Amino acid sequence: MRTIQFREALREALSEEMRKDETIFLIGEEVAEYNGAYKVSQGMLDEFGSKRVIDTPIAELGFAGIAVGAAMNGLRPVVEFMTFNFSLVAIDQIINSAAKMMSMSGGQYSVPIVFRGPTASAGMLSSQHSQAFESWYANCPGLKVIVPSNPYDAKGLLKSAIRDNDPVIFMESEQMYGDKAEVPEEEYTIPIGVAEIKRAGSDVTLVSFGKIIKTCYTAAEELEKEGIHAEIIDLRTVRPIDYNTVINSVKKTNRLVIVEEAWPLASIASEITFKIQKEAFDYLDAPILRVTSADVPLPYAPTLIEASLPNPGRIIKAVKQVMYK
Amino acid sequence: MLLMRRFEEKAGQLYIQQKIRGFCHLYNGQEALVAGAVSAISPDDNMVTAYRDHAHPLGRGMHPKFIMAELYGKVTGCSKGKGGSMHLFGKEYNFFGGHGIVGGQIPLGAGIAFAEKYKGTSHVTLCYMGDGAVRQGALHEAFNMSMLWKLPVIFIIENNNYAMGTSVERTTNVHDLYKIGCSYEMPSKQVDGMNCETVHEAIFEAATHCREGKGPVLLEMKTYRYRGHSMSDPAKYRTKEELEEYKAKDPIETVLSVLRKNKWISEKDIDASEERVKALVDESVEFAENSPFPDVHELYEDVYVQEDYPFIMDGF
Repeated sequence: MRTIQFREALREALSEEMRKDETIFLIGEEVAEYNGAYKVSQGMLDEFGSKRVIDTPIAELGFAGIAVGAAMNGLRPVVEFMTFNFSLVAIDQIINSAAKMMSMSGGQYSVPIVFRGPTASAGMLSSQHSQAFESWYANCPGLKVIVPSNPYDAKGLLKSAIRDNDPVIFMESEQMYGDKAEVPEEEYTIPIGVAEIKRAGSDVTLVSFGKIIKTCYTAAEELEKEGIHAEIIDLRTVRPIDYNTVINSVKKTNRLVIVEEAWPLASIASEITFKIQKEAFDYLDAPILRVTSADVPLPYAPTLIEASLPNPGRIIKAVKQVMYK
Repeated sequence: MLLMRRFEEKAGQLYIQQKIRGFCHLYNGQEALVAGAVSAISPDDNMVTAYRDHAHPLGRGMHPKFIMAELYGKVTGCSKGKGGSMHLFGKEYNFFGGHGIVGGQIPLGAGIAFAEKYKGTSHVTLCYMGDGAVRQGALHEAFNMSMLWKLPVIFIIENNNYAMGTSVERTTNVHDLYKIGCSYEMPSKQVDGMNCETVHEAIFEAATHCREGKGPVLLEMKTYRYRGHSMSDPAKYRTKEELEEYKAKDPIETVLSVLRKNKWISEKDIDASEERVKALVDESVEFAENSPFPDVHELYEDVYVQEDYPFIMDGF
């Protein structure tokens, strides 16, 4: 099978869907003539023209709102945020307009829209460019939130997101755009809200999603050398969450560590922990642990970043703690 | 206009009786802004506004009983009892809703117009906002892109001179709000919003401009609300004299005087109109009173288009 980059997988999903449906358009900063800040939309202006691949001024609130209005009136916008850090400028239109429209109009106005772009840390970018807002958006009813971790999932899930009739937040990573993986040329989609067991194991369950799941793979290989078989679940979607896959795994391994790049308070890890204590309390052989970013704004210095972000060493330590080793 | 006035008077009474709850913002005094507009556009054109939104769907032709039922929170309301006073919607009337975050509807209006241009129609979008919304950043971003992309949208400032309790003079040094559009080279002008005919003419001219593909227009409508910002506002920040000054220019009385002067209407006709409107309002109250509140199963409906969305239900 051929191998392509994460950014190419996203581009294929966008282009394939846009060829099939004239109402889909891509809008955002530098998406057209610059070919995308991270080259996701490279060549798309040439194929689809400036009517459907639209550069905006730096005005996230304005263009997010315009896209929501367009979605209310029959179009299917895909909005690119250069990073989700900038989505905070637009969050009024995401939370107060997109997420509420169906409900407060009594089902009259749906908002079929995708807001996509990179989330979380991406090198030494300091505090304002390194934030992981998955749990913020996941908290809000009316939205769906997808956080893929590899090119195959990214393509299949982005196609589902574009076809979905509800507003979808689709979160990528600057540090994944160059990742390569096998992606079939044939048509496929991946359903929203279905987790995947990325690695089977019997001793401990690791739950994660998005870029940071890669630290779990590294940790699992190290643990394997010591005879500890870790099962890794990729949530892929954090609203809705596929709880059953996690519950079933914990019933098998009896131990759970959640790895998430966001801050700890009110995180996806907190939510999973609640759910597991409720549904699988009697199956747990140890308290659930989580490895998250430190509870501080991410600083610039490499030593402080190393001390803040989840990494294989911290995960291994947590796993050994739940295994009492 | 008479229906809008009598509907709002009744809504005010019912609010005091606690039949209507939540926030409730009345349109008394501003009727010409909707009445003059709907006569100048076609039913295919779009409309969106903020939370002072009872008059707009009435103007578009929605039966008042669906609005009254919504104010009551009844399932027969135009938003199924899920929106209330601030979130009336009427898709079949191309009424894209009442929106509760000041200025939030301005980019939405531009986006509704964006879709019309994208689809190649000649429909225009009327986007209403209060003078307070002119202070929001969303307006400037939407104005800039609407001009850049020549979107067929008419931005209408309902300038009643008070953003809740704060007068225009206390929020800006640019007291003529239409001048805000000039910085984007948007055709912008001030209109007597107490006069139905001047509103009609301004909207018709603006709609023609939009339909010719020339882009947006900004109309600052000078108007006045007779009531407070919302039902809980005694409006102590303004004088009785100021209120009387505007009441002397009442849009309904102005129309009546023109009709009388030209002998286009008899006192009998006027009485008949009052009777007809009173019957409509009474019918609306009765409909709202007799309608049920939404059943609890409605709670999880209309949140997503997806019918089997797996909501978290903890069982308590």
